[in-house]
Amino acid sequence: MRGARIVWAAIVAAGATSAQTKPDFPADIQPIFARKCLMCHNGKTAQNGVRLDDGDAAMAGGYSGPIIVAGKSSESKLFQRITSTKKGFMMPPVGAPLTEAEIASVKAWIDAGATWPRATKSAKAAKPTHWAYQPIRHPEAPDVRNKSWARNPIDSFILARLEAENLAPSPEASKTRLLRRVSLDLTGLPPTPDEVKAFLADNRPDAYERQVDRLLASSHYGEERAKHWLDLARYADSDGYEKDVVRPYAWRWRNYVIDSYNRDTPFDQFTIEQLAGDLLPRAQTEQLVATGFQRNSLTNREGGVDRKENRFDQLINRTNTASTVWLGLTMGCAQCHDHKYDAISQKEYYSMFAFFNRSDEVDIDAPMPGEMGPWMRSRPAYLEEVASLKKLYDVDELQTEWENHMRAAMDNPGKDLEWDFALSAVITMFDRFQEILKTPPDQRSERDADALFHWFIANTGPLKDRDRDRLMGIRDLRRRIARLDERQPKLTEANIMAELSAPQATHVAIKGDYRSPGVEVQPGTLAALPPLPADAPKNRLTLARWLVSKENPLTARVTVNRLWQEMFGRGLVKTSEDFGTQGDKPSHPELLDWLASDFRDNGWSVKHTLRTIVTSAVYRQSSRVRPELKEKDPENVLLARQSRVRLEAESIRDSALAASGLLNPDIGGPSVHPPQPKGVAELGYAGSVKWVNDEDAKRYRRGLYIHFQRTTPYPMLMNFDRPDSNVACSRRRQSNSPLQALNLMNDPVFYEAAQALALRVNQEAQPEKRIDYLFELALGRDPSARERERVQKLVDQQATSLAQDKPQAAALLPLKPQNAAWTTAARAVLNLEEFITRE
Amino acid sequence: MIRDENDFRALRDRRRFLREVGCGIGTMGLAHLLGMEGRAASGPADNPLLPKLPPLPAKAKNVIFMFMEGAPSQMDLFDPKPGLQKISGQTLPESLTSQLRLAFIKKDAKVLASPRTFKPYGQSGIEYSDYIPNIASCADDICLVRSMYTDAFNHHPGQLLLFTGSIQIGRPTIGAWSLYGLGSESKNLPGFVVLTSGVGTSGGASNFSSGFLPSHFQGTLLRNSGDPVLYLSNPEGVATQTQRATLDAIRDLNQEHMEETGDPEIASRIASYELGYRMQSAAPEMADLSKEPAHIREMYGIDDPKTKQFGTNCLMARRLVERGVRFVLMMHASWDQHTYLNRDLKKNCDISDKPTAALIKDLKQRGLLDSTLIVWGGEFGRTPMVEIRNTQDPENAGRDHHPLAYSMFLAGGGIKGGQVIGKTDDIGFNIVEDKVHVHDLQATILNRLGFDHTKLTFRHMGRDFRLTDVEGEVVKKMLV
Repeated sequence: MRGARIVWAAIVAAGATSAQTKPDFPADIQPIFARKCLMCHNGKTAQNGVRLDDGDAAMAGGYSGPIIVAGKSSESKLFQRITSTKKGFMMPPVGAPLTEAEIASVKAWIDAGATWPRATKSAKAAKPTHWAYQPIRHPEAPDVRNKSWARNPIDSFILARLEAENLAPSPEASKTRLLRRVSLDLTGLPPTPDEVKAFLADNRPDAYERQVDRLLASSHYGEERAKHWLDLARYADSDGYEKDVVRPYAWRWRNYVIDSYNRDTPFDQFTIEQLAGDLLPRAQTEQLVATGFQRNSLTNREGGVDRKENRFDQLINRTNTASTVWLGLTMGCAQCHDHKYDAISQKEYYSMFAFFNRSDEVDIDAPMPGEMGPWMRSRPAYLEEVASLKKLYDVDELQTEWENHMRAAMDNPGKDLEWDFALSAVITMFDRFQEILKTPPDQRSERDADALFHWFIANTGPLKDRDRDRLMGIRDLRRRIARLDERQPKLTEANIMAELSAPQATHVAIKGDYRSPGVEVQPGTLAALPPLPADAPKNRLTLARWLVSKENPLTARVTVNRLWQEMFGRGLVKTSEDFGTQGDKPSHPELLDWLASDFRDNGWSVKHTLRTIVTSAVYRQSSRVRPELKEKDPENVLLARQSRVRLEAESIRDSALAASGLLNPDIGGPSVHPPQPKGVAELGYAGSVKWVNDEDAKRYRRGLYIHFQRTTPYPMLMNFDRPDSNVACSRRRQSNSPLQALNLMNDPVFYEAAQALALRVNQEAQPEKRIDYLFELALGRDPSARERERVQKLVDQQATSLAQDKPQAAALLPLKPQNAAWTTAARAVLNLEEFITRE
Repeated sequence: MIRDENDFRALRDRRRFLREVGCGIGTMGLAHLLGMEGRAASGPADNPLLPKLPPLPAKAKNVIFMFMEGAPSQMDLFDPKPGLQKISGQTLPESLTSQLRLAFIKKDAKVLASPRTFKPYGQSGIEYSDYIPNIASCADDICLVRSMYTDAFNHHPGQLLLFTGSIQIGRPTIGAWSLYGLGSESKNLPGFVVLTSGVGTSGGASNFSSGFLPSHFQGTLLRNSGDPVLYLSNPEGVATQTQRATLDAIRDLNQEHMEETGDPEIASRIASYELGYRMQSAAPEMADLSKEPAHIREMYGIDDPKTKQFGTNCLMARRLVERGVRFVLMMHASWDQHTYLNRDLKKNCDISDKPTAALIKDLKQRGLLDSTLIVWGGEFGRTPMVEIRNTQDPENAGRDHHPLAYSMFLAGGGIKGGQVIGKTDDIGFNIVEDKVHVHDLQATILNRLGFDHTKLTFRHMGRDFRLTDVEGEVVKKMLV
């Protein structure tokens, strides 16, 4: 009864407690803890880090600090909580509270010194039994009856299960379907008619394997893999949140990813470079650039945002991302409390967080090949011109005055409102501003001095009590400097991570709030997983090496599962983002382990694993939905057929551009701005988002390169389920909506593709071969007789009506009406379900 | 209904029959048939926008959320504080401000009394400011909440909390949750529509995102110029008959392919194309206000340049609700008066006061107010203290962000009008009665739509998520 507590509180206040004799811990106290506390505060769950099943742990306290002060019950949180009636503070939070007698015993025990006899110390918590935490095995491929069907071990694992279920696999897909499938899966692009022809003509037994090798060697292979990796890395070209400032060099890291996949950089190295490239001995520029992975977290530059809070949010984002990407664990829950289902305590969460808390954001020059020479050659003249302009406008003196005002606002806030406000505005927009300002001018790096000067001439600060005329004159200087900068050869930059010179202590954030620090933690990983090497420094490099160590049971499994998902539309573990106890169990656990160990033992080669998968008989099956399978295996878990999967947003765009011949196949480089309707960018904060359509060949670049502005993303990508790049996305959705239909039918980009496709069909094929050619270009196959008939009907109808409607004919295609009819036919084919589906 | 292979064969035979008869392909008739089949073939799980009955009795069928971005100043509009006059120009005691987090001003900023005059309106006699006489004239239909509070004191986090229940970016918004729970009554328009006026908001598309819910639940932005819906018009120069002929060919070829592959997903795709086509005529019809009678246009201020944009959105909101659209989000930016409070607040009120009242009254006279829930307000409130960025211009005074106490109002849709919920202290700094957290507001909106907010959940990353996170209680006093 709650009433009892209040009465007790009154008694406490009166100080009438001395009658109690010294309680015996095993007889009097331990049973109370067992009855009222251990359900949550045991070795396994240890809510908020508090354990009452173990003497040492109990005395050490929880995330907020000690809970028992020996000899002082009134100062002990344990006692304060069991005597409280405040919701959210009292213990236990639900169920029967402690009785008066129990409370009296606990009080007496604490006041008498809180002796916890050694003998009653409980054993350590047992190792978790969850499947994903067990070591990866290398199982033998099982025996199957239909031995001739299996092309490699993968097939035996799948077939054994099918045979157990009395299901037969599907026949191999037709050569044309197969080539389109594997081309889309490995490069994101459909095959060209010539590629189809060559494959059909190739009767060698390994003709298909040769196609696979050709595709794995294509530079477009790296783009397609990068697309999936960018989802995981929550890549975007802007900061996110209200201001959503553009990140002009985010793409530099994207280039690294594309190159790495194309070179088949071993996945363990790929991991280490992105998490800790800066910590590698004699790190090369590309290894520094790799750490840009971590820089893809959001930045909140809204006016009133505390910089500490922003940093904390970024670290949370980095911790959660690394956890999803490599461990397949949804650690985010443990930001605020111990994970309810998985073996992740809040303390362990902040131990992982601590690895990232020791580093900071840094920008560097990361020139592309060919940039350095022209830049160096032009530099002396540039510096000279800037110096003479500075002199002409006598700007140094003004800048010094401005810096003094800013420093004064920094050192003595609250003295001058205008300068206080100006300072807070700079701090949110200009990273490291205070650090640079504190450095004497002659000790600043050229890069920092340059940044400060450019900032100053663009934002000269409040005019009050200053030389208004001279400050106005700076506007003119700004224009001249801008013109000068524009002409100057530039170096590409990169956003990277670097270790802090003085590491910061990390504390558990109570309830996930950075303003409520709890106990201090050291960098570390999860107790449920193998330990870090004892002698290794506790830094990101050690973390990264641990992730890809032979003992780590998760990274290899999680990674091959995603590759499988990309080749079948569904992972062996369907919840590819969650290998924890709330995620799905693997459909074929032994196959998953076989793939994981094979991947690891073959030098973590992604190309090796993908080649193994796509050359399997399972992969090569027809995707036709057999009626008996629809009932027995509606989600196609058993894989008695391939899956039909809607193409991802970028591939839909790329396929339309490729079929029409418009595609610009350039690899890498800065992001592009294809035509976007007016009114989309305008939705951004206070009109700050600018979108200028690219008018040159850049508008036909692949979808991967479309500038991704987090608050106002490119509509076509979002209509087709590209993730929003706020958190790591391991699995895209596949939705179907009328807005997608309108997008493909009416978006000028797709209409232009239809026109270009029509033009191609008219120019490159004889009249009687045009429908065939249209199908070859768009679908990589010949039409059936009935399809040919239906398209012919559309063309005929159109030719007739367009003959009467010259203006419409001219709008469709600037050729004769009978040619213009082909725009409609091309448009129809580009809108077919098959066109946006990988079969 | 397709339940098994026999059904599928029957469907295929029916299609073959229709095709072989040839002339039987009357476009609209078949479109209708296909629409039905598209749903039946894939089942409700694949057509998530079909209207669904909520688990509890619903009072509201539709919601119009009038989001006043930037935080309108409550003590200058809704919550008269004569107490401020007495201490105007003074600094607040430290005991009051010690826990306060401010975006821009310092804790020792001076108190700014409101220059506005308040007077009671309607039978309920609730006081409103002189800046909003028209809204005030609806006092007896309005439930004014003077005790809203929130956890965030910056715009984007505040907006995320208001719309998604979390300051973490990436969660579904209340409009998406509504559509997820209820589907849409409209067969020809998106179920969740967004209208904007003024400048862009801090939250941008994250205010109407579907987050981790499937993307068909996200809000569709109705555009102010050009096509009302993105890519709604045929490409330039393409005639309607061409569009229809193209769709007919797409449909026939897709059907052909469905027979070959046996994949019922194709039927869903066919249905989407038909809905897209219907939307092409339904959306412009909806957005065409020329047939609205003069007195209605006058009521909303459509022909007055000052109220035109906001009034147009209000009238569209009514027309959307009339056509079965489930959730309308209107966003007006910006009410973020850090500076020039008097001038800019008046400007916003002049733009929005009359059309807002027109919407309430128009819905009422059409009998739609009972089933339409209107919610009006921002992501937090403003400080009783002054913000000054330019000491040389006395008109420059404004107010900073204040999450601890602010005002919003609701009307219609099972909400009891003519009442005030909650009370703030004499200076409007803290709430002293009936605190309403934004999670409580969300719980109440879902309750009116027929949901227990703790049970409308979606499993994501191994956890059941809900709009109100782990908080929220229905505000019983608001309900009829």
